[in-house]
Amino acid sequence: MQKYDVIIIGAGPAGLAAAIYTSRAVLSTLVIDESSAGGQVKTTHQVANYPGFLEPIAGHELAGNMRKQAEKYGTKFKLAVDITDLYLSDQEKWVELDDEEKFTTEFVIIATGSSPRLLNIPGEQDYKGSGVSYCATCDAEFYKDKDIFVIGGGNSAMEESVLLLQFVKSITIVHQFDNLQAEKITADKVITNPKVDILWSHEPRAFYKKENKMVVEAENLKTNKRIRLERDGIFIFVGLVPNSTFLKNVPIQLTEYGYIITGPQMETNLKGVYAVGDIRDKKHRQITMAVGDGTVAALEVIHKV
Amino acid sequence: MLQTNLEHIENEEQLKKLIENNKKVAFCCGRMGPMCIPVYDIFEIFQEKYPDIQFRDMDFDTPVAAIIKNLPECRGFWGLPYTIYYRNGKVVKATSSIQTAKEVKSVIDEVFA
Repeated sequence: MQKYDVIIIGAGPAGLAAAIYTSRAVLSTLVIDESSAGGQVKTTHQVANYPGFLEPIAGHELAGNMRKQAEKYGTKFKLAVDITDLYLSDQEKWVELDDEEKFTTEFVIIATGSSPRLLNIPGEQDYKGSGVSYCATCDAEFYKDKDIFVIGGGNSAMEESVLLLQFVKSITIVHQFDNLQAEKITADKVITNPKVDILWSHEPRAFYKKENKMVVEAENLKTNKRIRLERDGIFIFVGLVPNSTFLKNVPIQLTEYGYIITGPQMETNLKGVYAVGDIRDKKHRQITMAVGDGTVAALEVIHKV
Repeated sequence: MLQTNLEHIENEEQLKKLIENNKKVAFCCGRMGPMCIPVYDIFEIFQEKYPDIQFRDMDFDTPVAAIIKNLPECRGFWGLPYTIYYRNGKVVKATSSIQTAKEVKSVIDEVFA
């Protein structure tokens, strides 16, 4: 079993900021991620509110720079790996990757962030990329002059709808509430567009294909009556979920939504286990805040080693 | 222009040679968009893990991408990126839209084992 001074689970901005600090303090640092480095930032087209850049920087470039900076100071990475076993307690901490390698440490910083929420209904996975999409930037032009559904009524749903409206013939928004949760300025741009209609108080229950059309079976949440509507494609933007399922056998305190509860110094209920970034229970989630969280946790670790 | 550390396929001849001269080829055809970048990154990581597989990428907006767009295996694909897996010169798998590392690994285990 290999030992590191600190193991960071999650290679987004929070984890990478922590790694830069611990590595610069000459602590042996291992960063683990089930995907590549960068977290959600690497999939953000342009970042315009990260201090220090006069012009917006591409998300993948910012993420790449953070990783290179951590590597430069000696951080080791294990990327695109599965956590096949994890043990965290006050006294002992270890992680097993891909059923092969085991690493132990005295300090763990959890920075696994959040991911776009899936609806987890029949047909969603089956038609991913062939009728079901999660990205207007990527897939809007496949739907030029087509009729589509947008599922969701929050900020991301409305922002993506603004882009989709440049391509599509019409959008039917399916939303579970009677009003949109998005910021008014963006929501207004969408709902005042004559190409848009809204199915209020409905939730999709299944997707399937009928010849070349996508069918949404949606339930009216007030009457429980189900209807079926056909369009050419479905775009889903229904928020984010914390990446905390890998903690299911760990005695760490989570909120009812799966976010990790920490104190102001980012420590969890387990001694030596910290949580930073979007996985942590807090009100606002921004790259700058993730970096701040990572820094606090790293400084705590540095002072305790 | 793709900004990745993968070798790019830029013309038909390159693609032909790659497929003819290698038993196992995987490539990702897309843009520098949010669904594509994670897949390029995973391919970059897997280049080291699976040295017997040739990982490449291809810009979706270049003329050579027409070959991929017209593959029967990609018919009905309405999401980027396309990932195509060749074994002994034949397409053995094609996927559309974002893939996690676990999904890519599962395809590799399935088609290249």
